[in-house]
Amino acid sequence: MNLSMEQKKVLWKDRFGISLANGQFGVALAGNPNVGKSTIFNALTGLRQHTGNWPGKTVDNAQGGFQYQQKSFLLVDLPGTYSLLAHTVEEQIARDFLCFACPDVTVVVLDATCLERNLNLALQVFEITPKVVVCLNLMDEAQKKHLMIDVPSLERQLGVPVVATAARQGVGLTELQEKILQVASGSLQTSPHQIVYSSEVEKAVKHLLPMVGSLANNALSPRWLALRLLDGDSSFQDSLSNYLGVDQGWEGAQCAQ
Amino acid sequence: MKDTEKIDPLADLSPGSVCEIVSLELSGLLRRRILDLGIVPGTLIRCIRRGPSGDPTAYMVRETLIALRSEDAAQISVRTLSNGGECV
Repeated sequence: MNLSMEQKKVLWKDRFGISLANGQFGVALAGNPNVGKSTIFNALTGLRQHTGNWPGKTVDNAQGGFQYQQKSFLLVDLPGTYSLLAHTVEEQIARDFLCFACPDVTVVVLDATCLERNLNLALQVFEITPKVVVCLNLMDEAQKKHLMIDVPSLERQLGVPVVATAARQGVGLTELQEKILQVASGSLQTSPHQIVYSSEVEKAVKHLLPMVGSLANNALSPRWLALRLLDGDSSFQDSLSNYLGVDQGWEGAQCAQ
Repeated sequence: MKDTEKIDPLADLSPGSVCEIVSLELSGLLRRRILDLGIVPGTLIRCIRRGPSGDPTAYMVRETLIALRSEDAAQISVRTLSNGGECV
């Protein structure tokens, strides 16, 4: 989060193979599979499909730019996932990008016809970064199914802007760009809803927080970091060593503290 | 419809029947994966059909079709609600 533009450009280029221009906002596009992420991506960027490879991975990612209000944005289309707790390569790519590339805004695309399933991912993203815009896509499908969604109340409960879109018809895209700009520039402050876990887990998190804050150099959410360490998520520990250059084992680091 | 208080493994469900998830006996990453797919206690789940060799089996969970291996479904405890006709 506290990266300079120059550091960020190097990080994105070296680690993720993405060239960010000076002054350009980096925007990540996350969501479950088949929620219309790529339709939104194409609608915003005007591209058909511009795919690149993540270094060392075989999963494609798409990136493309757009301009809005004289500002430049680079949109990165992440693989569709149900979760960020890294059971699959796709989840690991999405998680590592959100955690370590520190995008200026993360757009979480939700399928309006099955919100219940989709909100799981949104809540996980909220634990990683506060700079989130929720895009409630497939509103046309929801209407066909006679689903009514109270968008203002969803927005209040989630604590981040919620934009209703029907990307195939181009509905809501300007408002989406406006919210992306507001969150990226900091003119709109968000306070995403945080899940409170059982008292045992919360106690353990509280105990870990002062230690992990300094370990992670404040580059990523200490709460998220503490939760993953409690999970014993070895794939995340590998990514921590890889991206933050912490060589010693995490258990060792904890003991030393 | 009569609710039976009997708890069965999900794997024993026959196509067409609907049940409610009672508990997951799974652990580690697989447990996490199953939870992320929306299979949590209290969720209704409908058995749709079995694969050609009897495995895996397709289930409808929260409006998504999900295939589970029988060895995994055997570790999910459910309460059968009906043998068909109920909406999941």
